Amino acid sequence: MKLESLISMLQRMLGASTVTLEVFFLTLIFSLPLGLLVAKGRMSHLKVINVPIKFYLLIMRGTPLILQLIFFYFAPSSLFGISLDRFWAAVLAFSLNYAAYFAEIFRGGIQSIPVGQHEAAAILGLSKLQTFFKIILPQVIKNIIPPMGNEFMTLVKDTALAQTIGVMELFRIANTTSSQYFSTVPIFVAGVFYLAMNAVVSYGFSFASKKLNYYR
Amino acid sequence: MSQTVLKMQSIYKSFGDMEVLKGISFEVKKGEIVSIIGPSGSGKSTLLRCATMLEKADSGNISYDDINMIISDLEQAAVYADKKTLKQINRKFGLVFQNFNLFPHLSVLQNIIEAPMCVANISKEEAKKTAMELLAKVGLADRAGAYPCQLSGGQQQRVAIARALAMNPDILFFDEPTSALDPELTGEILKVIKSLADEKMTMVIVTHEMNFARDISDRVIFMDEGVVVANGTPSEVLMDSANPRINQFLNKISNE
Repeated sequence: MKLESLISMLQRMLGASTVTLEVFFLTLIFSLPLGLLVAKGRMSHLKVINVPIKFYLLIMRGTPLILQLIFFYFAPSSLFGISLDRFWAAVLAFSLNYAAYFAEIFRGGIQSIPVGQHEAAAILGLSKLQTFFKIILPQVIKNIIPPMGNEFMTLVKDTALAQTIGVMELFRIANTTSSQYFSTVPIFVAGVFYLAMNAVVSYGFSFASKKLNYYR
Repeated sequence: MSQTVLKMQSIYKSFGDMEVLKGISFEVKKGEIVSIIGPSGSGKSTLLRCATMLEKADSGNISYDDINMIISDLEQAAVYADKKTLKQINRKFGLVFQNFNLFPHLSVLQNIIEAPMCVANISKEEAKKTAMELLAKVGLADRAGAYPCQLSGGQQQRVAIARALAMNPDILFFDEPTSALDPELTGEILKVIKSLADEKMTMVIVTHEMNFARDISDRVIFMDEGVVVANGTPSEVLMDSANPRINQFLNKISNE
């Protein structure tokens, strides 16, 4: 590859990386709070709440993410005649899918907190909400850092699946560039890009883990 | 006549088929120190948990300062007061747990000021000031910034006592406060409870420390299999009892 084409390839891939990062961050913004809500619903004693949620968890974790992407892109138009933008269809699919995994991680984390913590808070008069946000959740976050790190890193790589519905993210651009130049170099460059992003994610999680290590 | 802080009448509580409390009644007057003793499984802890709303009683009446927490209707099923009343009652008592249950992610000081700030709406400055006084009282003023995991069991329990006192309860319950501690650490807890007794704090203490119960209590309640077997002064219950169940229990304890 010539130097100019190399530079233009890198420019295009950097541009596509921002799309990848947008999908990544938007998915987290939507799926983390949703996951928390789903976890609470999953732990509800009311069947009207926990049964539909179990069903949702089964569908989201039991079918391929690539299929869910296709579903959320094509189903709205064929069912209701509304067409979703590719980018937002991808964000929707990723958010609903990751919320299911996050929910189960949150649930495990919440259930690992000893009942005595709830009881101590109740005796002191803290409300359920205060207890959850001030006493339980901070401890849950510390406990779930390792599995959350896994999910975040998987999400960085899973964004590549958005190309299935035509989102111009990093891997899609790498692919087209690759066929344009008859070279596999762009594909491997994309690999380095993902690796760099995940190095940051991984560093972030070890940092958080260290920060929260002030107590046992 | 002194005022009755807590009144429990005919409390029944079952877990499944297991009837744990079979019609327990007792009262605690202001400034009184009541020890509850008895073999394990006799329902002592369940009684405290019903009194502090950690468990729901099946039937019976419980009131604090003549405010009803639960009353039983004609069918004998317990009816709880409305939320607002329960919240008001919740402020009247404190509970010190067997396993301390400190919040591990909060420092000693934060553990103590959390509830005064969030529940009693006391300013941070004032809550801190009170917390430091309480820490001085339990001999831990120098550990305000420490985290629970950096403290010994005895120190953690003293923080838990300070945390309960910070809400200024009318009555303080202790659920076997020394049972999770190494024997050499029980003394420091008993000393703190003793100092509270000297200040005329109303207390109900579930304990296995017979000598302590005898020395500190105004009244000792002996429970067995969900009923009150004896209720009287320490000497009546612990020394001169003719009840074979009590004597059997006391012999067993002293042989350990």
